Amino acid sequence: MPRDRSTPSHRGDISRRTVLQGAVAVGVLTHGQAVSSATVAAEQGEASKPMAPYIGSATSRVDGRDKVTGGAKYAGEFNAPGLVHASVIGSAIAKGRIARIDVSEAISVGGVVAVLTHENRPPMADDDKAYKDAVAPDQGSPFRPLYDDRIRFSGQPIALVLAENSETARFAASLVHVEYEPEKHVTDLYSKLNDVVSLKAPAKPRGDTASALASSPVRHHGEYYVPIEHHNPMEPYASTVIWEGGGKITIYDKTQGVQNVHGYVCNVFNLKPEDVRVMSPFVGGAFGSGLRPQYQVVLAVLAARALERSVRVVLTRQQMYSLGYRPAMIQRIDLGAETDGTLNAISHDATTVTSQYENFHRNETTWSGLLYKSANAKYAHNLVRLDLSTSCDMRAPSATTGVYALEAAMDELAVALKLDPLEFRLKCYSERDQSSGLPFSSKNLRECYRQGAEAFGWDKRSPEPRAMRDGRELVGWGMATGIWEALQVPIAVRIALTANGHAEVSCATSDIGTGTYTIMAQVAADMLGLPLDGVDIRLGDSTLPQSPVEGGSWIAASVSNGIVTTSRAVLKELLRLAKEMPNSPLATAAPEEVVLSGGMIVSRRDAARAVSIADAMQHDGVDRIVREETTRFARDSSHAHNTHSAIFAEVKVDEQLNVVRVTRVVSAVAAGRILNAKTAHSQVMGSVVWGIGMALHEETLIDHAFGRIMNANIAEYHVPVNADVQDIKVIFVDEKDEIVNPLGVKGLGEIGIVGVAAAIANAIYHATGKRVRALPITLDKLY
Amino acid sequence: MINFEYARANDVADAVRQIAADPTSKFIAGGTNLLDLMKEDVERPARLIDITRLPLSDVEETPDGGVRIGALVPNSDLAWHPLIAQRYPMLASAILAGASAQLRNMASTGGNLMQRTRCFYFYDTVTPCNKRQPGSGCSAIAGINRINAILGTSDTCIATHPSDMCVALAVLEAKVHVAGPGGERVIPFADFHRLPGDAPQRDTNLDANELITAVELPADGFAKNYTYLKIRDRLSYAFALVSVAVGLEMDGNTIRRARFALGGVAHKPWRDEAAEAGLNGKVANPEIFERAAGLVLRDAKGFEHNAFKIELARRTIVRALIQAAHGTPQSQNNKKIA
Ligand SMILES: Cc1cc2nc3c(=O)[nH]c(=O)nc-3n(C[C@H](O)[C@H](O)[C@H](O)COP(=O)(O)OP(=O)(O)OC[C@H]3O[C@@H](n4cnc5c(N)ncnc54)[C@H](O)[C@@H]3O)c2cc1C
Ligand code: SF4
Repeated sequence: MPRDRSTPSHRGDISRRTVLQGAVAVGVLTHGQAVSSATVAAEQGEASKPMAPYIGSATSRVDGRDKVTGGAKYAGEFNAPGLVHASVIGSAIAKGRIARIDVSEAISVGGVVAVLTHENRPPMADDDKAYKDAVAPDQGSPFRPLYDDRIRFSGQPIALVLAENSETARFAASLVHVEYEPEKHVTDLYSKLNDVVSLKAPAKPRGDTASALASSPVRHHGEYYVPIEHHNPMEPYASTVIWEGGGKITIYDKTQGVQNVHGYVCNVFNLKPEDVRVMSPFVGGAFGSGLRPQYQVVLAVLAARALERSVRVVLTRQQMYSLGYRPAMIQRIDLGAETDGTLNAISHDATTVTSQYENFHRNETTWSGLLYKSANAKYAHNLVRLDLSTSCDMRAPSATTGVYALEAAMDELAVALKLDPLEFRLKCYSERDQSSGLPFSSKNLRECYRQGAEAFGWDKRSPEPRAMRDGRELVGWGMATGIWEALQVPIAVRIALTANGHAEVSCATSDIGTGTYTIMAQVAADMLGLPLDGVDIRLGDSTLPQSPVEGGSWIAASVSNGIVTTSRAVLKELLRLAKEMPNSPLATAAPEEVVLSGGMIVSRRDAARAVSIADAMQHDGVDRIVREETTRFARDSSHAHNTHSAIFAEVKVDEQLNVVRVTRVVSAVAAGRILNAKTAHSQVMGSVVWGIGMALHEETLIDHAFGRIMNANIAEYHVPVNADVQDIKVIFVDEKDEIVNPLGVKGLGEIGIVGVAAAIANAIYHATGKRVRALPITLDKLY
Repeated sequence: MINFEYARANDVADAVRQIAADPTSKFIAGGTNLLDLMKEDVERPARLIDITRLPLSDVEETPDGGVRIGALVPNSDLAWHPLIAQRYPMLASAILAGASAQLRNMASTGGNLMQRTRCFYFYDTVTPCNKRQPGSGCSAIAGINRINAILGTSDTCIATHPSDMCVALAVLEAKVHVAGPGGERVIPFADFHRLPGDAPQRDTNLDANELITAVELPADGFAKNYTYLKIRDRLSYAFALVSVAVGLEMDGNTIRRARFALGGVAHKPWRDEAAEAGLNGKVANPEIFERAAGLVLRDAKGFEHNAFKIELARRTIVRALIQAAHGTPQSQNNKKIA
């Protein structure tokens, strides 16, 4: 398969279905009806019987076969003649400067091509602006790899050894001698609490929280800690730069946004956009760590330019801990309520970690003001700048952490109120975004609570802690709410439809493992009335139509509706062609009145009025219709757009040894239309697993004396293993959203993790009577 | 990672000859520990002597009713070997509590004994560590020491030996057969691993020129009343915070002979004969188990992050003794604690 140098495209591989999905989906467009309830009038005999649409079905990944057979190539697997291999050297100190760097021994090793340092690197931009990628924090001066002698964090890349093979590069790296002038560093969040950067309040406060708290008969105050966590995607960060000659380069990069990397590389190296192509056909997980261009891509391009050769840079697992991370944070929550459970006041303070050179932050605190009915709310957010690399987004950034603290605090207040935690949340249920006062485009959280509780058996819960047991184990049941945003971003999609009934759909978005290839194929097949294997998807290539980074759970909604838009343009053109045919049965049909189905342009009113796509195109001598449309989502300032979930968790804790087992989790999610029942289920299941890790295992350990991460490997940085994951049930509750976008899709990448850690922490309290407010809840904290 | 040469040993004598001829060389068996350490530049052998082709892969009965395990028997083969599964289930259980299936497939019996500590600082060449670089200092004592030792520590090192298998071998009073330039010798298991003292760079009493050829188990395998209970930070695939191997000889409810050892708490599998003796002849009950645990831990010393291990060890000992006395050993599949 000569696929190496181009974006592979993906053709559906499930059994051919005979048609008619297009009619259904276009119905959505014209009438705003949900696919499931739309009816199809067409009756064209056996072959055109209405079939279930691909949208919503449990379609297996169209790229699944390539992935499990090794056909899918990742950034560090592309080859080129004469490829140069690299080994990155990281700083041993956390702050200071490089006094001397001696590469003579390394360079004398046979097979070593060069050693790049700040002293001999090719030119790169000298202004911050060039390094500001599309999702860089507003404030600060982005990190510039190998730029100068300054050390800003331990593990910072300070030299790149280049050799004919990777073994030689790695060996020579051990021969580079560095002398530092260290300066005093600070990596401990707690040691800098009186030296913070105060951020502008993330949302407008409402009411008078201080006095509402003071006058509330039942109050709770709690301080919650979340440590630094690392993403640990399976695929290491890697870039392979192909030196194409004539000043052109192709970069295979591990990224969540090829066009972001493209723009960044062009700016940093002052290159013409047409001379750089960035590809990322497959991504082995990123979870936010690949939103910003990472340093290995700069190193790889620097090296390729220095040598005028193709270069590959792959980070080791240990070096992956020198990239971004979920910031450590301290959150303080104050809640005040009436004795009947009416919430009076919420106060949420967060102090989060960033580097010395950039102010990265998200708004942990705003979720508290949004979620529950409370007349008074206030927020504060401080940043602590430490001698670490800049923190970054990690799955559901800010909600995973902010909602953890809120939901743990809500559980504590429910205990103080002697109310069932679920009942308490229902009492505070809000039909409006409490911060903006706007109604939701859709919010079926109530149904999440109901179906989740029922599937879990919540009504059998004994309210008192330590009241339920199973032999020597204490049994605890906890629950929490989850919330995330339903975001969508402008995106362009191109469709090329050929007369033989084949469509190529392209967009520069990524598939970071979420299943984007598959949902794109499903939506396109439905909209164009083609079988799944009549659709090829191309993505992960900066030369394709515009797409932002894949993050924030916005790609599914954006690209699926983008495909709807472009499909309509294709349909319009087909109808125009059909009308030009003599005695066209569609002569009087308006575009809204026809659908594409089974290779035909069909009237929705009268299925007998139909023209085959092939005929329409052939009549006009057209063999290809190509349309590219940009979809911009109308700003809807009269609604809030969110996804919600309810999580119920069961833990069993050995009474004597405090070993915790998460035996059951039920996650009920309301996230609008589910595009693919199977990949959606996987998204949420994976999120729950991560939530277990957040609750029980994950913590990046820094020795503050050295300013260094000490467990920078996946033997000692614990994530859940199979034994830690037992019964996970995922429920998608029906949620029709006719407002958010034509397809009613709200995204799923993040919502699944939000609230999980709180549900587990609350269950541990219910089991043991012990409240642990610092994650992860390792067993020593239960003694 | 440095460049190294690779050579194969043809037989035991050849292996010993090769290692004696070049002090910068090292044996490699499964490589699951050595290669990791080489990638971290902690081990920097100029030459690897591959011993995997030596005829040391048999598990055989000895004339006196024991079992002799060749040094190259993979951990998984050993755990599932019928002789071991039936007669030494504590050993099988301990092995299965360690690492992952993939690692156990590669790991050898000899390599398991020789695996090095997981102390974070030992692995990071940027930080001082007496074990890695004698005299440079111990970063763990005032650093992140949650996984470090509480028993038998010294001012120079508070590392633990990470093996699960060795904890069971300590209880079984195995013997380690080794071959060196001067011939063969046998090291009782209790003398195989060392305490750090003022030479933490030495994990064991094996000489640099010696090869482990076999591990010999005596006849008594405590197959009726035993357990291996491992407490860790996740339910599988993590090193022990504390583990306890127990072998009891019971007469009805009375303990005729007791042995137990702790893992995850010291520089070697930790046994305390006084504590064991205190159980002999007694009717099994939680009070005497508590007393035994108290005795073992009387000199335990915690550091900033690992003091919890003292209480954890106490409870784990008691629970493990209960499991063994009741004949309800800990399953390594069902993660619920028996
Ligand atoms: C991620 C991870 C998790 C792990 N978890 C656990 C765990 O939970 N519990 C546990 O007990 N272990 C665990 N291990 C460790 C594993 O058991 C050891 O790495 C393994 O037993 C070593 O055996 P090997 O044959 O691979 O040794 P090698 O790596 O080949 O060698 C290790 C050392 O032993 C020396 N050596 C090997 N054979 C001989 C011999 N015959 N004579 C003299 N010297 C010899 C070598 O020179 C080397 O110094 C884990 C390892 C990893 C990587
Ligand atoms: S405890 Fe031992 S291994 Fe760990 S840093 Fe100290 S000397 Fe090194």
